[in-house]
Amino acid sequence: MSIVSLARFQFAMTTIYHFFFVPFSIGLAVIVAVMETAYVVTKKKEYLKMAKFWGNIFLLSFAVGVVTGIIQEFQFGMNWSDYSRFVGDIFGAPLALEALLAFFMESTFLGLWIFTWEMVSPKLHVVFIWLVTFASILSAFWILAANSFMQHPVGYTIKNGHAVMTNFKALLANFQLWYEFSHVIAGAVVTGGAVVAGLAAFRLLKKKIKNPEFYKRSLKVGLIVTLFGSIAVITAGDLQMKALVNEQPMKFAATEGIYKDTGDPAAWTLIAWANENQHKRIWGIDVPYVLSILAYDKPSGAIKGLDSVNKQLVKKYGQRNYYPPVNAVFWSFRIMAGFGMLMLLVSLIGLILIRKKRQLLYKQSWMLWILGLCTFAPFLANTAGWLVTELGRYPWTVYGLFTIKQSVSPNVSVASLLVSNIIYFLLFTGLAITMVSLIVRELRKGPDYDEDHSNKEQKDSEVDPFDKGALE
Amino acid sequence: MSTLQVLWFVLIGVLFSGFFFLEGFDFGVGMSIQTLAHNEDERDQLVSTIGPVWDGNEVWLITAGGAMFASFPFWYSTLFSGYYLILFTILAGLIIRGVSFEFRSKVPSSQKQLWNWALSLGSLIVPFFFGIMFISMIQGMPINARGDMTAGFGDYFNLFSIVGGVALTLMSYLHGLNYIALKTTGPIRERAKNYARFLYGIFYLGLIAFAILLYFKTDFFALHLKATLTFVILIVLLTLIANIAVMKEHELGAFLASGGSFIALVALLFTGLFPRVMISSLSAKYDLLVTNASSSPYTLKIMSYIALTFLPFVLAYIAWTYYIFRKRIKHNAALESRY
Ligand code: HDD
Ligand code: HEM
Ligand code: HEM
Repeated sequence: MSIVSLARFQFAMTTIYHFFFVPFSIGLAVIVAVMETAYVVTKKKEYLKMAKFWGNIFLLSFAVGVVTGIIQEFQFGMNWSDYSRFVGDIFGAPLALEALLAFFMESTFLGLWIFTWEMVSPKLHVVFIWLVTFASILSAFWILAANSFMQHPVGYTIKNGHAVMTNFKALLANFQLWYEFSHVIAGAVVTGGAVVAGLAAFRLLKKKIKNPEFYKRSLKVGLIVTLFGSIAVITAGDLQMKALVNEQPMKFAATEGIYKDTGDPAAWTLIAWANENQHKRIWGIDVPYVLSILAYDKPSGAIKGLDSVNKQLVKKYGQRNYYPPVNAVFWSFRIMAGFGMLMLLVSLIGLILIRKKRQLLYKQSWMLWILGLCTFAPFLANTAGWLVTELGRYPWTVYGLFTIKQSVSPNVSVASLLVSNIIYFLLFTGLAITMVSLIVRELRKGPDYDEDHSNKEQKDSEVDPFDKGALE
Repeated sequence: MSTLQVLWFVLIGVLFSGFFFLEGFDFGVGMSIQTLAHNEDERDQLVSTIGPVWDGNEVWLITAGGAMFASFPFWYSTLFSGYYLILFTILAGLIIRGVSFEFRSKVPSSQKQLWNWALSLGSLIVPFFFGIMFISMIQGMPINARGDMTAGFGDYFNLFSIVGGVALTLMSYLHGLNYIALKTTGPIRERAKNYARFLYGIFYLGLIAFAILLYFKTDFFALHLKATLTFVILIVLLTLIANIAVMKEHELGAFLASGGSFIALVALLFTGLFPRVMISSLSAKYDLLVTNASSSPYTLKIMSYIALTFLPFVLAYIAWTYYIFRKRIKHNAALESRY
């Protein structure tokens, strides 16, 4: 095994793992903030219970999100040192700003939020969770600013073989950033909604549960959030797709599995399989016109296939293999978009079913099962989306400027990489098992656990160290 | 050398100082979970003292890393790839420790001990390996013309670096004990002070060994005699002050002095390095310098504007948090039922 493939494997494993928790945390933070706001406005205890219950699950996700995030920051230097030398002048800035502007705020106010339920007024307390939410979205913004530069470099020149920043504003005005940001945040919102709806549905499948009303209300909130989120994620995704046609034609052709230039109008491929070695599609099912409409908003216009884009790129950047792993990109895209459509549909049906007075949904265990299983859909969609984005960029790390082969740390040994990959894998597996079992445990405990097992009053349990007499 | 390059060199030092000052006591408290506390109530009490702040404290490290990447990308690349396995170990420590705060409060009581160990071991591993890293780094490492470091076992682990690792760990532990004495009431507070009284004796031996090795193994005294002497003496003085404050039961004083010694230590390392950021043991030609490892003037300028504008706000809300949580944690009444 080469250091390049091991380093790539490590990057894929650690970011995918990190990105299980990132949208989970962001999405739940938004929902918990909304729930607590509802409590502050209406003063209904029920909303407070919801905020605390889902807040506990949010905290579990956050804990794993934070510790896997630190790996991300370190690994650019550890595994991709030549890459870091090449783009550090540009790429480092958003990372530093993310830490300074977002992570400090996020962690500080999260600490306040967790520990001050009894110490400050509800009005102030709800501000804490909103600041956490704001900060986590801001952190996504900065990291995506870095990633967008890799997808679509702007505001730089090349000096002595290094990319040097010339225009910071251009970095932030990068259209790729704004598309990615909208799409990722919308995806996070879907994730939060689907998790709340899905977990509540699993609880409602149990015959004897305390307080079913609590889960019904949570389910409804989850469905509404999922519905709006999926509309947003599909809209943003569509925009990104259209941008790719011009910006990264190779990635676009791969998501659609097109080797030969299409006719005009272009047919859209529903499913297909390619022989990547021979650069040939083996079989597939086509739907006429649709691809032209998706790409250009009109029923005409041809799309360039991988073969002719490859020729163009060879001319522009020199002899090299420019074909991304077509089947992986193609199917990842189908999974992402498919689940997007599915969640839109399911949340719509779910909302219709609970709207009626008879509340059909809660009597239909098959629908509850579907909702429950949809808990996992956004995680698959998110992962698939990143696979499209990152694998589709092949062979570049920074599009058109710097390749994956050039990026890797030349001085890190295969042994080091193997050891770290194996230990990360074991560690992640252990954390995932613990995390899932703890979520199940929280669900079993239910929202009334704290009331039933309430501890003694703690008001007088603390002493001010600056008080006179405190030192005695 | 431009002002901005020096400013960012200093800022990175400041961020590492902040990290060691703050996360230093977190590590100390973490180690105390399995060494100082006698029962689960006391463990909860200890965790409560840092529960609300540990994540914010860790962000100092993340910011230091990010700032190094942004302002000295060549330093970041050489250091992080060169110390691959050391940093990997540090990451593993940070991971098991970071999740244990949340996990130990939520797992069934039969598994709680597992996460107590994770918290303690993680808190031990991180300062120890940071000590190894920084102290081996100032002795010079085999860095070639490309800036790539290919070091062997003895480059990382030698007498001086191990002394450094142990000293940094002990320093964190003492700092943690001082923090516990300041932030708790009940039996654990007295125990923390007794431990500290005893350990300061051992720590002096470590400091003497450190100073001697610093003289023989680095060029700090030759290059920066005055600054090096000043900071070595400052570390010793602050340690003495902390020790006396512990004896006199002046808890805030002890805590601030032990925190101050971290700042003096980072200052010692950074002034000694200057104007280099990494020392090559192969040839002085290959040293990474403040002048040639940094980002472009434009990037440094943008970063400076933003950092200097927002840093005051960040410091303000961090200070406010410590004010909110200023109260002592009583025995048997940990903050919130969840810890
Ligand atoms: C819940 C998650 C989710 C859902 C339902 C969708 N996406 Fe997505 N997609 C993501 C989550 C995501 C993502 C993980 O957030 C990505 C990775 C990088 C990015 O910008 O967003 C992504 C990337 C991504 C890209 C690659 C962008 C690039 O490389 O520049 C495209 C073209 C789309 N998406 C398009 C769509 C379409 C047309 C969808 C619906 C029909 C869709 N996505 C649903
Ligand atoms: C969290 C979501 C992300 C996921 C799931 C993800 C996924 C991946 C995957 C699968 C690879 C391997 C690609 C390959 O083998 O070619 C990769 C590579 C890489 N990605 Fe991402 N990525 C994410 C976000 C980011 C972000 C935000 C950045 C930049 C800040 C980034 C930078 C890189 C780099 C440097 C590589 C290595 C070079 C390469 O192999 O292309 N990724 N990522
Ligand atoms: C699209 C990709 C990414 C997004 C949207 C994202 C966003 C986030 C968010 C919201 C958090 C807070 C923890 C949580 O909510 O679970 C977090 C944690 C973290 N992320 Fe990521 N991240 C991404 C990828 C990366 C990458 C590539 C890096 C490396 C530079 C990184 C570095 C970190 C760090 C250091 C933390 C810990 C922060 C703390 O201690 O509070 N993330 N990230």
